[in-house]
Parts: sequence; C-alpha cells; structure tokens
Amino acid sequence: MSFNNLDTLYRQVIMDHYKNPRNKGALDGEHVAIDMNNPTCGDRIQLQLKIEDGVVEDAKFDGEGCSISLSSASMMTQAIKGKTVEEAVEMSKLFSDMMQGEEVDPEKFSLEDIEALQGVSQFPARIKCATLSWKAMEQGVDESEEA
Amino acid sequence: MDVKAVREAFPILHQDVNGHPLVYLDSSATSQTPSKVIDKIDEYYKNYNSNVHRGVHTLGSIATDGYEGAREKVRSFINASNTKEIIFNRGTTTGINTVAQSYGMDHVGEGDEIVLTQMEHHSNLIPWQQLAKRKNATLKYIPMQEDGTLAMSDVKDTITENTKIVAVSHVSNVLGTINPIKEIAEAAHEKGAVIVVDGAQSAPHLKIDVQDLDCDFFAFSGHKMCGPTGIGVLYGKRELLDKMEPVEFGGEMIDFVNLYDSTWKELPWKFEGGTPIIAGAIGLGAAIDYLEEVGMEEIEKYEEELAAYALEKLDAIDGVTVYGPKERAGLVTFNVDGVHPHDLATVLDAEGIAVRAGHHCAQPLMKWLNVTATARASFYLYNTTEEIDRFVEGLQKTKEYFGDVI
Repeated sequence: MSFNNLDTLYRQVIMDHYKNPRNKGALDGEHVAIDMNNPTCGDRIQLQLKIEDGVVEDAKFDGEGCSISLSSASMMTQAIKGKTVEEAVEMSKLFSDMMQGEEVDPEKFSLEDIEALQGVSQFPARIKCATLSWKAMEQGVDESEEA
Repeated sequence: MDVKAVREAFPILHQDVNGHPLVYLDSSATSQTPSKVIDKIDEYYKNYNSNVHRGVHTLGSIATDGYEGAREKVRSFINASNTKEIIFNRGTTTGINTVAQSYGMDHVGEGDEIVLTQMEHHSNLIPWQQLAKRKNATLKYIPMQEDGTLAMSDVKDTITENTKIVAVSHVSNVLGTINPIKEIAEAAHEKGAVIVVDGAQSAPHLKIDVQDLDCDFFAFSGHKMCGPTGIGVLYGKRELLDKMEPVEFGGEMIDFVNLYDSTWKELPWKFEGGTPIIAGAIGLGAAIDYLEEVGMEEIEKYEEELAAYALEKLDAIDGVTVYGPKERAGLVTFNVDGVHPHDLATVLDAEGIAVRAGHHCAQPLMKWLNVTATARASFYLYNTTEEIDRFVEGLQKTKEYFGDVI
C-alpha cells in the first residue's frame, strides 16, 4: 500500500466534512440525547435527535474523534434528516453492510456524500470509527420509541 | 549490544507490510518473539506435552520439570528469594486482581485508604476501585508533577496511617516515567501499608531486583518481554502469600478434599488452580534465557539511547507535542497538531510502521493530559535508529498529507 491508496480512505469529501462538519452543535427543545464512546480508542459522540411522528425532524452532534468518525457523523446527520425512523435504521444497516465491503443497492440507499466512506471497508481497524455515530443514532431511535 | 544479531533472532521482523519493510514500534503493547522461544514451545508440543504434577508417566515428569524449571528462571530473573514466591498466571491483570481479591478483601476495611497514581493503566486501577466500593474504602491519588513524575514529598503526604495498600506502576505505559519504587515502598512500609507494583512495563526493560526494591507484590506479563501471550507472573513476599486465601478453587491447588471442607496445597501452587499455562511458562523461561543472554543492563542502556534519539528528532518537528519526562523508558507518546492519532497511525501503517493510537488503557491519565487520545511509539532491543528515522519521515509525510487535504 502506498500513499495513493490512502487517498481511497481520505477522500476530499471526507476531509471537507471533517473540516466543516454539518449539523455540529446542540438542539433546543425536546429531543433524545445519546452519548456513545468507542471504548477501544476513546472517541466519543454526543448525538441529539428530534423525532416527531416517526420522522427525524432534526439531528445534531458534537464529539471528539478522528477524521473518519467525525465526518461519518456529519454525513449521517445530513442523510437521516427528514427520513422516517424506519428509513434511518434501514440506512444504518445498509451502511454497516457497506463497511463490511458489500455492494449497496443505490435504489435502496442514495449514498451521496456517504459513498466517500466506502474506502473505509479496506481498513478494518477503522470500521468502528465510521459506524460509531450510526450506532448512536440506532440507540436514539430505540430510546425515542420506548419513551 | 549487536542489534543486527538481535534482529536476526526475530523472524517476524523480516517482512514487508503494505509494501514496506516492517518497522515495529508497538512493543509496549506486545513484544516480538525470538526463534528460541518459538522453538521451545514447538518442542514442548512435539515432544512432551502433558499435564504437570499428576500421574507418574515419563512425559508428565518432563513437562513438570520444564514448568518448575521456568519458575526457577523467573525467580532468578527478578531476584526473589524463593520459588514459592513466584506464581504463574495469565498476566499482569490477573496478578493485580489476585492481590486485590485476596489480600485486599482481607485487609482493607471501611475508611481505609488505597493509594494510587493517576498514571495507572486500567489494570492497576479498576481492581482497586472495585475493592474500595465493596469495602467502603477511600481511593487516594498521589498528585503528579507537570512533567508526569512523582515527587517523594507528595508520596509521603498522600500515604497515611489509614493507608493499607499503595498500588503504583514501575514504568508508565504512556509517559515512560520510571517511578522510584524503592523509596515509595519505604514510605508505604513506614505507615504499615503494603506496596503492589505493576511491573508490566519495567520487567521487560530494566533489571528487576524485588528484594532490593522491597516491594510486597510485583506483577508482570510474558508477552511484553519476548515471551508468549497468556502467561504472567505474580511475585509476592512469602510471609504475605502464606497467609492469603486463594481466589481460584479447583483442581491442582488442593491438598485434601472432603465433602464439606478442603485444604490447600503449599505455595505457590495454592494460587494456581486448574491446569496451568505449561507451554506459556516454558516459553517465558526461554524468553528470560534469551534476555539474559543479551543482558538486561545492555538492553536498558540501548533503549535509553533509542528514546533519547527519538525525542531529539521529534523535538525538531513543528507541531509535535511529546508527553512525559525527559528521563524515561524506551517509548514516546505524542500528538501532531491537526492530525488525530488514529489518522496518524493509519498513515504510518501504510508505510509499514506500526504505532499505537488511542487512550492506552489509561483514560484518567488522558484526562490529566487534557487529550482524548495520543499516538505512541515504543522501542525494544530489536529496534534501530534507522527505524526511528523512517518513523520520523513518516510523521513528516503525515503532516504534509493532512496539510494538503485539510
């Protein structure tokens, strides 16, 4: 592997989300809040979701982590806004599949920026970085359904 | 020390990783294994694999001799006075938990104090947290100096008549700080406390003399000192171990078993319930033979040179922060401005350079350093200054790479 191969991991889009994260901050009003750590490396994310009538109306995050975990969180919040919780959870499952190196049906999941994270699947040690915020989102959906 | 000959002894080092010759700078996590150790384990399984201290057959006797012979090698390696003080187990974590669950449960009560430092690895912290919770005891931390060292005045101020246990690492796995164990042991003993030393990062690199240090317990791991994974050692002073209850009960550790009561074997076997880690212990014995052949003083001196060389090189790079004192064991923990340690480790890995990134099982220390994670390059007898040059080049490239894309 050379530095050229690294470019499959650190795509321009990823670096853009890392440097200019979308939806960073905290929500006002009623929302679910999830704190999740990656205990093996110390990354942490605080995710806030505003879910109304089964639809993710808004999402914001804050946290500390590497370029992969933070850009993934930024893309995730962008992707799930306006989606139903079922759609959001389905996207998370498809994202997990993508991290395992599986092809994702573009009919089911319009990837947009997230496509840039496909290269992470070639770096097994970094997959957990990419999936952290998605796991937090799934937990948030669970908690909002229990409430 | 002839580092070329040393490198020849380690087959794993001679390979390409991601298209580049491997530079292994993660020995503080797990060290590499010389052929002599691998061969010894191979020989055990090929020629005399069988259970120890049981039965009368020939293979069992050879295995028992090998296992107990390894115990004698460990005794001599750390200069314990008797093999009864050498308990084989799974590693440092198990050793410290044994002391907490046996000595700790019997000697720590409500209002008593357990004294630690904030540089402890989780394995020398959580067992004491759990004990303190169960016993309503108090955890106290010896404050650290700005450079990550301990001042003896703070040590003496923290340990009081209520202190029952002082648990401290010999060498910090993050800062490389070498703590003054002998002096801390004296301060603990003055107040009637015992000292438990986490030797995971010192036994592989420094000549250890448990009698000179006068520590009551000393725990370390085989896989950090050229031995196999899954084997470790707990040293304890005989008069303390004699009075301690085992924490694991079952086969191998008993004397007489009746329906409602049982008695234990003598030391050290009462602490070795179940079939022991026979191949692991024999492998550790071979690792000790190897380290002594090279010479522990030689190894220590060589690593000091490597660490000084690395520090000098890192100091010359803009935007690199190195943590810990100037005088240190053979490791450097650092951060590069604007590059998360994970990203740094991934880029170095693409160059065949293995470093550790994360919290190094020392989350309270990360808080003290005010970071969430760091990168660490750790050295052992087989590393070279040329490898450190490649590591430093890799860092420069990483800075440029992230400088371009960010």
